[in-house]
Amino acid sequence: MYDIVIIGAGVTGCAIARELSRYQYDTVVLDKNSDVCEGTSKANSGIVHAGFDNEPGSMMAKMNVRGNAMMEGLSKELDFPFKRNGSLVLCFDEKDMGKLEHLLEKGRKNGVPGIRILSKEEVKELEPNVTDDMVAALYAPTGGIVCPFGLTIAMAENACENGVKFELDTEVMNIIPKEGGYILETSKGEIESRLVINAAGVYADKFHNMVSDEKIQIIPRKGEYCLMDKKVGGYVTRTIFQLPTIYGKGVLITPTVHGNLLTGPTAVDIEDKENTQTTQEGLEDLLKRVAVSVPEVPTRQIITSFTGLRAHWTEHEFIIKEVEGAPGFIDVAGIESPGLSSSPAIGEYVAQLVQGICPMEKKADFVATRKGIPNVAEASFEERQELIKKNPAYANVVCRCEVVTEGEIMDAIHRPLGATTVDGIKRRTRAGMGRCQSGFCAPKTVEILARELGRDISEITKSGEGSNYLTGYNKEDI
Amino acid sequence: MKMKTKELVCIGCPLGCNLKVEVSEDGAMEVTGNTCPRGADYARKELTDPRRIVTSSVKVQGGHLPCVSVKTETDIPKDKIFDCVRALKDVVLTAPVEIGMVVAEDVAGTGVRVIATKKIDKA
Amino acid sequence: MKTGIAIIGGGPAGLAAAVAAREAGVEDILIIERDNELGGILNQCIHNGFGLHTFKEELTGPEYAERYIEKAEELRIPYMLHTIVVDIGEDKVITVMNKERGMFRIEAKAVILAMGCRERSRGALNIPGYRPAGIYSAGTAQRYVNMEGRMPGKKVVILGSGDIGLIMARRMTLEGAQVQVVAELMPYSGGLKRNIVQCLDDYDIPLKLSHTVIDIKGKKRVEGVTLARVDENRRPIPGTEEYYECDTLLLSCGLIPENELSSQMGVELNPVTSGPVVNESLETNVEGVFACGNVLHVHDLVDYVSGEAKLAGENAAAYVKGALPKAGKGIPLKGENGVRYTVPCTVDTERMAQKQIVRFRVGDVYRDSCLCVYYNDKCVSRVKKKVMAPGEMEQITLLKSKLQEAGDLESITIRIEQE
Repeated sequence: MYDIVIIGAGVTGCAIARELSRYQYDTVVLDKNSDVCEGTSKANSGIVHAGFDNEPGSMMAKMNVRGNAMMEGLSKELDFPFKRNGSLVLCFDEKDMGKLEHLLEKGRKNGVPGIRILSKEEVKELEPNVTDDMVAALYAPTGGIVCPFGLTIAMAENACENGVKFELDTEVMNIIPKEGGYILETSKGEIESRLVINAAGVYADKFHNMVSDEKIQIIPRKGEYCLMDKKVGGYVTRTIFQLPTIYGKGVLITPTVHGNLLTGPTAVDIEDKENTQTTQEGLEDLLKRVAVSVPEVPTRQIITSFTGLRAHWTEHEFIIKEVEGAPGFIDVAGIESPGLSSSPAIGEYVAQLVQGICPMEKKADFVATRKGIPNVAEASFEERQELIKKNPAYANVVCRCEVVTEGEIMDAIHRPLGATTVDGIKRRTRAGMGRCQSGFCAPKTVEILARELGRDISEITKSGEGSNYLTGYNKEDI
Repeated sequence: MKMKTKELVCIGCPLGCNLKVEVSEDGAMEVTGNTCPRGADYARKELTDPRRIVTSSVKVQGGHLPCVSVKTETDIPKDKIFDCVRALKDVVLTAPVEIGMVVAEDVAGTGVRVIATKKIDKA
Repeated sequence: MKTGIAIIGGGPAGLAAAVAAREAGVEDILIIERDNELGGILNQCIHNGFGLHTFKEELTGPEYAERYIEKAEELRIPYMLHTIVVDIGEDKVITVMNKERGMFRIEAKAVILAMGCRERSRGALNIPGYRPAGIYSAGTAQRYVNMEGRMPGKKVVILGSGDIGLIMARRMTLEGAQVQVVAELMPYSGGLKRNIVQCLDDYDIPLKLSHTVIDIKGKKRVEGVTLARVDENRRPIPGTEEYYECDTLLLSCGLIPENELSSQMGVELNPVTSGPVVNESLETNVEGVFACGNVLHVHDLVDYVSGEAKLAGENAAAYVKGALPKAGKGIPLKGENGVRYTVPCTVDTERMAQKQIVRFRVGDVYRDSCLCVYYNDKCVSRVKKKVMAPGEMEQITLLKSKLQEAGDLESITIRIEQE
C-alpha cells in the first residue's frame, strides 16, 4: 500500500511528485503513456506567464504569480532552460485602451512586479517587427519562457532520484474507495494507496467523477501551433500577446527558450480527449490571427506544426482541493494556462494540502539539485574537448540540425527515468527537433536506443506500444 | 497495310525521349522521337520482349552493414522480376563482399547472373 | 593542422572535386566526411542509371561512388571519416570533431563546400493530421530498405513524385510492400520520365497529379491518409477526398541544399536555389570558398554533379597555386520568363574557360518552346526544345570567344520563348 498515488506524469503531477519527495512518503506516479510529459505538458506555448491575466484572488492568480517567482530558482536547482524575456500585450485600437488599463490593474492587484503600459513608439523600439497598427502595449518584465519538457522531465527525474516510483504504460481504469484509502484498478493490476492525487489533465474529470457525486467536466480545448526555424528565432524577442479583438481571442508569438519562433494557439473546444491532429483550417486561422501582431510572419520557415489540448474546466479556474465526500482524494484539475507557469507553486501547495491530511517527516537525505544532460551544442570548444575526453561519443553528432551527439542520447537513455522511445530522446536531448524534423537522425536514434536497451531495432517505438518504426525485413512478404 | 501506333517513353537514359512506334501488320517497326540509336532498340525490345535490370539487396553476415546491394548483370524479362527477387530471399553472403562478386547464377532461369554492387568490409 | 584545400563532404561532389584538384597538381587536400564511409547518398541509391555521361555505362549508385573512391585512394587523397564540421570561419579555419581526436581546428587555404542537401520534412510541408510513426522521408526509407534490409512499412502511400519517391515506390514493391498510389501536388511530376515508366507504370502504381495529402489518420502508427485533388492555386477541392488505408506515408517533396555552415561563414545564398551565389569559377562571395553538387543547387543527375565538382576542384587548385586571376565584377547572368535561376550567377570573361556551362531549371512544363540567350537586349541564340520540365535540369554553353567579341556586356539573359 502506497501513501500516495499521483495519476498523471505531466508537469503538474511531476511538480507534486517532486515536492512530496521531500517527505518520507511512499509515492508512485502512474501514467498511461510510455514516458512522462506525453499529454498537455508536451504541446503548449512554453510560456511562464507574468500573471496579470487572472482574476485577482483566484487560485490561478495566486499560483501563477508564485510559480513565476519560483521558476528561476528552480531552473538553477534542476538545470533546465528558462529565460525571463518579458512579455507584451498589444492593443490595436484606442477604443480598447480601457481594456489594457484593466489588465494593468489586475496585474497590480495580483502582485505582478514591474508591469506598465508602453507607448507605440516604445513598443516599436523594443520590437521592430510588430505591426504599426498598434497603439500601445502592456509590458510585463517578469514574463518568461521555459522548455516544457525540460521543466517536466527535470522535476520527474529529481522526484525519481528522491525515491518516487514512476509506473508508466499504466492506465487507471477504476478507483474504488476503501477503508483508509483507495484501490486503483489499472491496466497492470491493482494498486492501493492512502491518498490519491488526480493530476490527470484532460482526464481529471473522469477520475474525479469516479469518487464524487458532484460531477465536473473537463473540456479538451484544442490549440494548434506552428514552430519556425531558429533562423528566425530573433524575429521577436519578447512574448507578444494580443488584446482580444473583434476577431476573437488572440494568439501569441514568442521566441522559444531554445531559439525557435513559435506561434499559437488556436482555441477550439472538442470532445475527443486524444484528438491532437492539426487541421488545414486551424493552421490557416492561426497564421491569419498572428499576422495581426506581426504582419510578416516568416511562414516559409515553419518546421513543424502541432496540437495541444488544454484541460479546460467550464468555470475556468484551477481546482486544487480534497474532494468533498472523498477523504484523501485530491483534485488537481482544470490545470490549463497558466498551468505550466503555476506548476512549481501547485506542487508546493499540494504538498501542504497532503501534509494537512497526513503529516509526515521530511527526508534527511533529500537531494534538491539535479544536473541535466550536457549540452554539446552550447558548449565551448574547451568544454566539448573535456566532454569528448570523458566519452568519445560526445564527438559523434547524430542530429545535425540541433547538434545532438550520441553521448547525449546515451545519457538520455541511462538517466533515472531514462528515455525508451524516440520521442523520449527528442524531448530530453532535442534530437529531431530541428529543421529536418528527424529525417536524418531518427534511424540513428533508433539504432542507439536498440543497442543501449539491448533490443532489436524493430522493437523501438516513436512513443510507446504500437508506434514501431519498422514493420519487418525485406522480402518477407513476397 | 494496317499500322498500329504505340507511344513509349525511353528508359535507356535519363533523357526520357518520347518515342512513337509504328508497327505494321507484318511486325515491322518504325521508331521516331529517339535521340540516339538506343531509343530505337529500346522501343523494339519493349514491344516484343520487354526487359529490365533488377536491383535489390541480399543479407550479409559479419559485414559493416547487414546487407549488400545487388543487380542483374544484364536485363531480364520483365515478367521474371519478382521471381528474381524471390530467388534472392534466402541468399546470405559472408563479408567481405567485393563489387562484381556473383550472388546468384542463372537467376530465376533467366541465364543472367546477379552480382554485388557494393563493397562490404568485414565488421 | 593545415591543408591546402579542405573539402566539406565526401559524397560524389566532394570526391570529384578532390580528384580534379589533385590532378591539377595540389598535394595537400583533405576530405572531411561525417558518415562512416565515402560516397554520400550514392551508397543508398542502389538502383541503376548512373554514369552514362561520365563512364558511358550504366552503373548503380554504389558502383558509381566506388569509381571515384578508388580514384581518390589511388591518388592518395587523405580523408577523415566520422568527422563533423562544427564551424567554418571566414578566415577558412574549420572547427571539426570526431571520436578519435575530439575537437580540433584545420586551417585551409581554400574550401570546397560539398555538403549536399536534405529532404523537405512533413513539418515544412505543414500537412495536417496526427503525428504518428510511419511518416518517413523517401530517403530515410531508402536507407532502411537498401542499407539495413529493413522494411519501414507494408502498405504505402507516397506524396511527391520526386525521383527518390518514384525509385522507392519500385524498391518497396519489389521488397514486398504494397505501394498504393503516388500523389503529386503539381500538375506534372518532379521526377525523371524514365522513372515514372520503370518505377510506377511497370508495377501499375497510379500517379495522381494535382493531388495532395490533406489528413493523416492514426495516433500511434499511420492508419491511413486522405488525398484530395487541388485546384490551380494548389488548394484542396472539397468533395474530391479519397481515403487510403496504409501504415506508411513516404514524402518525396523536394530537396533543400544544406547551407547552414555556408551562411555561418558569410556565404551569400540565392533564395531560389537555397545554394550559394557563385561566379563562373563556382567561387562564392567569400574568396577561396567554392561550392559544387547539391549544396549549390539540386541536380537531377550525378553525372552533372561530377562535372560541376571537377570545375570547382580545378578552380580551387588554381586558387591555392595563385593561378586564378582575382575575381572581377563579372557579367550578371539572369534567368527570365520561366528560367528560375542560373548557376553560375556571373561570368568573368577573364577567368572563364573556353566553354562555360550554365545550368538552370525551368518553373513549369514547356512544350515546343525556344531557349533563348540574350547578350544585353540582343538575342544571340535560340534553341528549339520539344519539352522542358521542372524535374530536369537544363543547360546552355557560353563561349569565351563569343563573349570577348561582344565586348562589355551589362547582362546575359536566358529566357524561354514561344516558337
